[in-house]
Amino acid sequence: MATTTTLAYEDLPGLLTLLTGDEKHDRSSFSTLDVLWVLYDRVLRVDPSTPDDPGRDRFLLSKGHGPAAYYAVLAAKGFISVDALAGFGNGDSVLGYHPDRLLVPGVEISSGSLGHGLPIAVGVTLALDATGDPGPRVICLVGDAELEEGSNFEAVQLAGRLRLGRLTVVVVDNASSTYGWPGGVERRFELEGWSGVRVDGRDHDALEAAFAGAAGDRPHVVVAEVGS
Amino acid sequence: MITMRQRFYEVVAELLDSDPRVAVVLAEIGAGELQPHPRLFNVGIREQLMVGVAAGLAFEGLRPFVHSYAPFLVERPFEQVKLDLVHQDVGAVLVSTGASYDGARSGRTHQSPGDVALLRALPGWTIHVPGHPDEVERFVRRAAGGDDNVYVRLSEEVNAAGVEADGMVVVRSGSDGAPLVVAVGPTLAPTLAATAELDVSVAYLATVRPFDADGLRAALHGPDVVLVEPYLAGTSAAEIAAALVDRPHRLLALGVANEEFRRYGTGPEHRALHGLDAAGIRGSIAAFLSDSPHPGWGSTPHPLPATISA
Repeated sequence: MATTTTLAYEDLPGLLTLLTGDEKHDRSSFSTLDVLWVLYDRVLRVDPSTPDDPGRDRFLLSKGHGPAAYYAVLAAKGFISVDALAGFGNGDSVLGYHPDRLLVPGVEISSGSLGHGLPIAVGVTLALDATGDPGPRVICLVGDAELEEGSNFEAVQLAGRLRLGRLTVVVVDNASSTYGWPGGVERRFELEGWSGVRVDGRDHDALEAAFAGAAGDRPHVVVAEVGS
Repeated sequence: MITMRQRFYEVVAELLDSDPRVAVVLAEIGAGELQPHPRLFNVGIREQLMVGVAAGLAFEGLRPFVHSYAPFLVERPFEQVKLDLVHQDVGAVLVSTGASYDGARSGRTHQSPGDVALLRALPGWTIHVPGHPDEVERFVRRAAGGDDNVYVRLSEEVNAAGVEADGMVVVRSGSDGAPLVVAVGPTLAPTLAATAELDVSVAYLATVRPFDADGLRAALHGPDVVLVEPYLAGTSAAEIAAALVDRPHRLLALGVANEEFRRYGTGPEHRALHGLDAAGIRGSIAAFLSDSPHPGWGSTPHPLPATISA
């Protein structure tokens, strides 16, 4: 019998032990754990019983590498069964090493190849703006190394110029970019007209405050520093 | 005659006003041809973003038309086409201009003979290669009502008149058992001229994916098939082989050579260079039907036009 329930942050380590086989991405997965928890526990207006609600906030996990933390949080919040976690990566499992939105309830985009989520998020934002629904936020999670993909900056530039205030990007910064971002990656966003804040990516209250700090009339970037 | 491209701008502008689902995404190309509209998004010279934005619009239920020169619409953002549209299971209408060599004066950077072959490598696409502005309008209006992925390939080359019917349309019948020449899109005009004095049937095809296998089988009454495509030669050869898997047949696949000639000039000059003008098509078909080996590309089967000198 499938187990679908709402669990606590303290349950996440236990859930993660069920997701084995993709250890090469452990560092990537664990880097996002606290950000994902805060998003689903305190920020996103999403409901596992209505994952396609038009009024929901849109969360796009662009950094699809190492999705174990994502699956654990989705299981803890009741989007997927805890029982499904043990099949991670198997042929009969819906949980792959990169998420597939057609297979996993609550997953907005299929990801894996880097640099795709943010441009799509800009399109989602433009659509919501054009159709006039003021409610939903659009939040996109990227990695600091993922930002090396040039497609991200096509999106960063346009979102800043168009002042897409509905859009928030959270950069999980585990210093995995080989050549780094001198002065902090948030400067690249601020140069294009975004508001930006850098916080401790393991501090839940700081993260919640950072997400609440969106200016409203321009896009917002939260750099969540989690150490290397 | 109005160009295919101008007809597209007229129709899509009307659709923006009449259909609240329709949106347009541009990367500068075409921006000067359309009036500002709340659902017209010019993303600047950012073609990866152009396709990603279109996907995001489709996620929210809009019907995005994405338009640029073929190399910048299909080749440069090909991974976005593959993943942001196909893999995400959302649809957009890609409308290209420039075709294989309309932009010959601009050189290789603005030529895209491989666009249909690339999209052929992805599942689920409807691919239209119209030969006349009237067909452009029909395909664009039809695509506006769907949710699937559609490619409409505009060209400066046009036939004398549009063909209203869908699928494989026999436009000239030869004797029973005569070879069948299938002309795709704007190759119909030179194909009709090339075969005017030959005992062949000529069929027209403007929608190449899904491929009308039943139409081909119904139109073919002999063993010989000639395929004339305005893009990379042989792009639809596998579809013909599959359609005729139980029939002994011979196929001559004409199209744009898989070579870079490094020549400027005009579209018509390049059409001749690739053997796709009437004289080139006639020569290739004659050689095929006389059982002579097709000369094949790489051996310059047709002399370069005088205006293109080495």
